[in-house]
Amino acid sequence: MMRADICVAAIADCFRGEADILCNPIGISPIIGGRLAKATFSPDVVMTDAVSVLATNPLPLNDPDAERTVESYVPYRTIFDIVWSGRRHVMMGATQIDQYGNQNIAAIGDYKKPKAQLLGLRGSPGNLINHRTSYWVPKHSQRSFVSEVDIVSGPGYDRMRALGQPGNRFHDVHRVVSNLGVFDFETPENRMRIRSIHPGVEMSEVIENTSFDLVIPTEVDQTRVPNEEELRIMEIIDPTGMRYQEVPE
Amino acid sequence: MADKVITEEDFISELESGMTIGVGGWGSRRKPMSLVRAIIRSGVTDLTIVSYGGPEIGILSATKQLKKAVYGFVSLDSIALEPHFRVARQTGTIEAVEFDEGAFYLGLLAASHRVPFYPTRAGLGSDMLAMNPELRTIVSPYPEPGGGEGETLVAIPAFDLDLSIIHMNRADAGGNGQFLGPDLYFDDLFAMAAKRTFMSCEKVIPTENFLNEGSVHTLKIPRIFVDGVIEAPMGAHFTECLPDYSRDEAFQKMYAATAADKELWDIFNEKYLQAGSHEEYLAAVNSWEQGL
Repeated sequence: MMRADICVAAIADCFRGEADILCNPIGISPIIGGRLAKATFSPDVVMTDAVSVLATNPLPLNDPDAERTVESYVPYRTIFDIVWSGRRHVMMGATQIDQYGNQNIAAIGDYKKPKAQLLGLRGSPGNLINHRTSYWVPKHSQRSFVSEVDIVSGPGYDRMRALGQPGNRFHDVHRVVSNLGVFDFETPENRMRIRSIHPGVEMSEVIENTSFDLVIPTEVDQTRVPNEEELRIMEIIDPTGMRYQEVPE
Repeated sequence: MADKVITEEDFISELESGMTIGVGGWGSRRKPMSLVRAIIRSGVTDLTIVSYGGPEIGILSATKQLKKAVYGFVSLDSIALEPHFRVARQTGTIEAVEFDEGAFYLGLLAASHRVPFYPTRAGLGSDMLAMNPELRTIVSPYPEPGGGEGETLVAIPAFDLDLSIIHMNRADAGGNGQFLGPDLYFDDLFAMAAKRTFMSCEKVIPTENFLNEGSVHTLKIPRIFVDGVIEAPMGAHFTECLPDYSRDEAFQKMYAATAADKELWDIFNEKYLQAGSHEEYLAAVNSWEQGL
């Protein structure tokens, strides 16, 4: 079993049980995983073609000519309206993420004159304050799982505690999936907890590659492996195997 | 109906140093690039550009005409971060005012509706407020359902635009604009938000032909918001302008490489940006594509 396939199934599981929301994963493995969830156990979420329509069929990655069964029109303005309505679960990347789920995709160093300009805030501030958010980190290391992020683009649970009610009421950082495991914040202080470790990964590897102390439950589950039907659908969505470049063995 | 068709030179005569200019499109999609090059040729400086940023922000920072960028992002789509913008940020040569992507929409909307701000939750808890110390919050005058205190929201200020430039697939001489691609983006708001708006288009057509091109839903720019129309076939090149043409990825890649090499930039600047008219630019692009 390839690690990339396990990651995609773990990403799909982030959307399990959801319906009547815009499932909006961003990035290679997240899009494969989201489309897999929709094609299997979460048929009632809606998804975009990454341009401007909602399509009901599982589209192949980066194929502008793929046949679409269009069910609605969602130009960018409508996407923002959906963000503010709360009917959305986004999965984004994180160059840095900390123990409370603060995300940085903006810049490294001082914002005024950054050492490295990254993507910027993008839609993170609005996403986090309005609806459920999950993260995908394809390279779990001490540089990505950091004790403190340089800039908070997507606020985590400590920032939301400081903000208080009612402003924080829609904030929900659901899962973090990395190439090593799956993490959540279902702890008393909403600190990041190990939810499962991918098959073939040692606990020590996860701990050594994380700059902060993870909450470790007494029994740690192993991430499930995808079934044959799921692997077949992954091939339809990602026929060229882009997921294996994102998560090498 | 007054004829609003003008030349690039007419457009250049509208420009002044220090202006705040809104630019329609999105990333490397349907950007009014022929008008951006007209801005470069005009030589005006100290500009503020307000946009869902693409190559206009990178290019104008590289020509040193940009003082300040106000944006939701600055991307070339297939190249995630605009490379000249990256250089400008990391060397600190431009002022940057960065908004959450959705919050940026509200700044345009507020200006369009002539209100000082629109409220949003976007930005609370993130560093968006720390990055923009001039941003203010506002307490809702209404109690929460259940009787709690009014919620604190971020007040996104109206973007005060001297001028906007947008690029449409079709337009008539009166200034009505038609988009035929997948998304209008926010071009109607750029047109409404600015004191003056100039619209380039792939083709000027008779008004009565609009509905042969697309449905009524594609007629989103009414002429009351447009002051001048400039016909510029391939005017969005190298950005995409669907369905007329897709992005010129090879040319964009060549442009992107100029950010890391002063010599390449000087050649690019001389050959394509200082080329003269839009027609001369297209001729230069054509000879590049022929490998000349």
